Amino acid sequence: MATVAVSTTNEDKLWRGGVEPLKASYGKLMMWFFLLSDTFTFSALLITYGLIRFSHPVWPTGATTFSPTYWPIPEKVFNAIPFAHGLDLPLVFVGIMTFILIMSSVTMVLAVEAGHRMDKADVQKWLLWTIVGGAAFLGCQAWEWTHFIHGTDEGTLLPTGERIFGASLSQNQYGPMLFADLFFFITGFHGTHVFSGVILNFLIFYNTTMDVYQKRGHYEMVEKIGLYWHFVDLVWVFVFTFFYLV
Amino acid sequence: MEHSVDHNTTEIAKPNVGHIWRTFWIMAAITAVEFVIAFTMPSSLLKVSIFVGLTIVKAFYIVAEFMHLKYEVKSLIYSVLIPVLFVIWLLIALIFEGGSIFHVR
Repeated sequence: MATVAVSTTNEDKLWRGGVEPLKASYGKLMMWFFLLSDTFTFSALLITYGLIRFSHPVWPTGATTFSPTYWPIPEKVFNAIPFAHGLDLPLVFVGIMTFILIMSSVTMVLAVEAGHRMDKADVQKWLLWTIVGGAAFLGCQAWEWTHFIHGTDEGTLLPTGERIFGASLSQNQYGPMLFADLFFFITGFHGTHVFSGVILNFLIFYNTTMDVYQKRGHYEMVEKIGLYWHFVDLVWVFVFTFFYLV
Repeated sequence: MEHSVDHNTTEIAKPNVGHIWRTFWIMAAITAVEFVIAFTMPSSLLKVSIFVGLTIVKAFYIVAEFMHLKYEVKSLIYSVLIPVLFVIWLLIALIFEGGSIFHVR
């Protein structure tokens, strides 16, 4: 056992600088820590949603209308899909959206795997599919917002006698105002992240086609943007569960 | 052929993607189970707990496999996971708060 800590142990060599103590590059490490901070942001939003939701009474099962006092049952609100007006298909569309995003996450992993093999053609192919998936998700979310804002055919009869349609920041056909507020806020925040992710993916795709990473000798940039993209998918998994299922 | 680095002449390895697709099918199965539960189980604390549990399982697969965290150095894994304990604390605290507010209303 060493009695005086003059000798440089392995610990010292690890943390004295000049090496990567966590065996990850600066860029990758900083991306992880950024994702951690973003986790706090989204957790705060989602947990607040839980707090507000559980402080409201919920419709007993079998409810068929909306009311400003009761928190709505999500499958009664989100039951439409494009080109199928009038059909009651609870949560089908949001299930399709979840599938699209998880698929784009899979294609992202495949792009990273291709990068490890320095396979430029495959990186391009899988990055392109990821971009398509992200854009498709954004299109679906835009439709969901439009439908939510537009409202149902019958609308809701308020206790004042007025019939309102749809939801915005000043009225909500489906339930309490806070439901609409939180829907726009949380899915809006998430959608913004998806949008910026698609932009970044496109930039990395462009760099790949211009041989930037081939000349650099590694595709680590694809890995880093992959981390961001998986985070976006992860947040959606939580949003989907807490907003639409619970 | 452009005269870049020698990579054009070296063999490109075949894709090794079995575990990626395996993880995808696991995720798809868990989501399908969640949908079935959403429509067959009556609303209850148990239903919510099952959803939260399955979501955490999905989160584990995304972070460990897709984001590769399972294969990183232990200290990196801990520096990412341990701060998440704060989130768990916030979740528990605010769920109780929400319930209290409901009873006070």
